[in-house]
Amino acid sequence: MRLDLNGTPTEITATTLAEALTDLGYQTGALATALNGRFVPAAERAATPLREGDRIEVLAPMQGG
Amino acid sequence: MRLYDIQLPSRLMLGTAQYPSPSVLTEAIAASGAAVVTVSLRREAAGAPGANGFWALIRQTGARILPNTAGCHSVTEAVTTARMAREVFGTDWIKLEVIGHADTLQPDPFALVEAARILTAEGFAVLPYTTEDLIVGERLLEAGCRVLMPWGAPIGTGRGLRHAEALATMRQHFKDVPLIVDAGLGAPSQAAQAMEMGFDGVLLNTAVARAGDPVAMARAFGLAVAAGRLAHEAGLMPPRDMAAPSTPVLGLADLGLGGLP
Repeated sequence: MRLDLNGTPTEITATTLAEALTDLGYQTGALATALNGRFVPAAERAATPLREGDRIEVLAPMQGG
Repeated sequence: MRLYDIQLPSRLMLGTAQYPSPSVLTEAIAASGAAVVTVSLRREAAGAPGANGFWALIRQTGARILPNTAGCHSVTEAVTTARMAREVFGTDWIKLEVIGHADTLQPDPFALVEAARILTAEGFAVLPYTTEDLIVGERLLEAGCRVLMPWGAPIGTGRGLRHAEALATMRQHFKDVPLIVDAGLGAPSQAAQAMEMGFDGVLLNTAVARAGDPVAMARAFGLAVAAGRLAHEAGLMPPRDMAAPSTPVLGLADLGLGGLP
């Protein structure tokens, strides 16, 4: 299915957020996720289903002021 | 300085962005003596090696982590970012920024108060980036904030305390609330000025990161903050409009050469 990953249209076969992160090659660790603008805690990713057109945000630590 | 029941060994808080290299960043943090460093969250590309190198580097500094919600323009964005930051960085502390204008980066006080209310209810220790407006400050305290961070000048401008009188009023009004001047500081003298005025601390980034020698400038800011605080505690003399001789005039020689009596 086609969804939006960090603002980029992306084709995936995974059906949950946790699977999608693995399939897309994300390393585990310091990552935070949001689905359609809502924060999804790491512990809930495996139970978070994905649907066509969903918007996923994957964020990591970055320099800031 | 004590913020949210945490005793901090330094009154300087330092941003981690825009340094010429990771090693300069860590050396600057050490040279500044900063007890708190700010960090952020950004999109991570799929399959990228990750920003964990940066995160590991920052953790090694031993400084307390203060994630920010930089770049957020709405309550929802800021609240979601704060929740994500809490999980990644493992801290309840959040520097809450809700930006109203893209050009001035002025805080949106209405959204700021609303976001602060939501986050404090969720157990966050909110450090709000605000203006010197007293009413907004009161609303933020009512919302559960126990620290206020008024701007010195717009982020990245290096203009110093653009509204020094308003900041002095704010200091006087919120006598028992920790106040940190956040943003707009360009020179150590400006940080010292804020500390002399009785502000509890300062937060800055660009002035150090973009200095010719960031490590030396970090040290200069650390010294200025310490000096300004010491001066505040020592009690500054009240200013006068007219001159007053500092050398005693009693027993001054009269040499009969036409000097003033």
